[in-house]
Amino acid sequence: MDIEKVAKLARIELTDAEKERFSAELDAILAYVEELAAVDTEGVEPTTHVLPLALAMRADEVGEKLDRAEVLAAAPAHDGHAFIVPKVL
Amino acid sequence: MARADWEAVIGLEIHVQLATATKLFSAAPVSFGDEPNENIDPVTLGLPGALPVVNARAVELAVRLGLAMGCEIDRASRFARKHYFYPDLPKGYQISQFEEPICRGGVVVCDVDGVEKRFRLTRIHLEEDAGKNVHEGGRSLVDLNRAGTALCEVVGEPELRSPADAVAYMKELHQIVVALGVCDGNMEQGNFRCDANVSVRRRGETRLGTRTEIKNVNSFRFVGRALEYEIDRQIALVESGGAVVQETRGWDDEKGVTRSQRGKEDAQDYRYFPDPDLMELTLDEAFVERVRSELPELPRARRDRFVRDFGLTPYDADVLTQSAARAAYFEAVATATGDGKTAANWVINEVLGALNKAGLDVESSPVSAAALADLLGLLGKGTLSSKMAKDCFLAMYQDGVAPAAWVAKNGGQITDTGAIEAVVREVLDKNPEQVQELLSGKDKVLGFFVGQIMKATRGKANPQQVNEILAREVESRR
Repeated sequence: MDIEKVAKLARIELTDAEKERFSAELDAILAYVEELAAVDTEGVEPTTHVLPLALAMRADEVGEKLDRAEVLAAAPAHDGHAFIVPKVL
Repeated sequence: MARADWEAVIGLEIHVQLATATKLFSAAPVSFGDEPNENIDPVTLGLPGALPVVNARAVELAVRLGLAMGCEIDRASRFARKHYFYPDLPKGYQISQFEEPICRGGVVVCDVDGVEKRFRLTRIHLEEDAGKNVHEGGRSLVDLNRAGTALCEVVGEPELRSPADAVAYMKELHQIVVALGVCDGNMEQGNFRCDANVSVRRRGETRLGTRTEIKNVNSFRFVGRALEYEIDRQIALVESGGAVVQETRGWDDEKGVTRSQRGKEDAQDYRYFPDPDLMELTLDEAFVERVRSELPELPRARRDRFVRDFGLTPYDADVLTQSAARAAYFEAVATATGDGKTAANWVINEVLGALNKAGLDVESSPVSAAALADLLGLLGKGTLSSKMAKDCFLAMYQDGVAPAAWVAKNGGQITDTGAIEAVVREVLDKNPEQVQELLSGKDKVLGFFVGQIMKATRGKANPQQVNEILAREVESRR
């Protein structure tokens, strides 16, 4: 498990001690999931959901919006219209 | 090495914003030009616990587009999460389709410099748009109005070989999505925009060169220019011993250059996986067949039909099929008069000519198709000469005069042989010297007589009859 790559993709900074700890924990989790590989799935359709449900759809009708002022108030920074974030370009 | 020794390989990914009232996975409205962050709801913001519910209309429009492009419609497709971090993507992932898109295959047929070409599609899939970042000083402002808007991404095979191919392909697809009502086609608002992947290789080489991707180009002209520039840049780079770096580049139209946007220091890892919040998207046969039965005639099919059924030139047919409104207008006139060629000439030269001067199109024509058909009927019967019909058209266009009223007021064409003969004789009698000149072979004098006769009839004598009668009467005086 390349713990540094995973951390980078998740934009998380890890100390050396954390790297060691998470590396071991993730290895254990993966090993646990690997147990599934022992099951014989010959002739079984691949599945991504355990529930045999069809996708629910909605009609294209406008519903409720959130109040902008309320939403912005929850953000670390805003100018009354937009969220403000550190420069990204 | 000259440019001719090189070949470009281009593939376009076109984002088509679907004409829905609400977003792909929530009921927040889709609307351009509103104040920032007015059109947001918990799903748009990716708030904890918010769950996506698919917009049925978006699915229908995707199927409509797929059927029109000749795609296979997957009866069971799936949504997947594509992960990356950017402030305009609140959830930290975009819901898209990856391994199982809703449409596969398909083809864009278009003319490039008068030659019909077929370019295959890889797939069309549904996905949500991101929001908008505005970079200002040391900070970025985030507007999420656009976030979650329904898009179809139309992915083409890398079969385009020139900027001209790319522009023709993009224009054809644009015409189709507008004709289908799948997208409003507004490119300035970014509702139809393109990412262009391009690489170069020496002719005869079968391996692909390293490609670059030019992101978010929202005009046909920009695509052509950006590709021209990028192809030249890559050729020059390779010829001078350099290597193309796989990266994303942006088009700066003012400077006329593409620029590296972000080097892919490490290959993108989007960690796609099926979105556990969304079940498989299944389509039943009846739904697909219903959508198929509602497909309108596409611009290209209409163009071919106009050539075949009305005897139009491909050029005229092309002009008349630029929009559904033009085609309907022309077809109404042609059907009413039974003469497609004349109808095409009048619609293109007079109607569109006059409207074009005012920056308008046929939707705002003050002359209805029925009125134009009436006029052309009078022209066909000989009640009006071409010249008179044009004068009448002007009165119709400017003052809303009906053709019959114009004829009642100004009189029609004089086609009575006796009446024209009388005028011809009178003119000849008055000008014996010119008659002698004509008889002695001075053909130029003929114009003088035609002018005199037309003047005497105030331009109403049928020109062909005038010519015939004049020739006969002059001959009889030899």
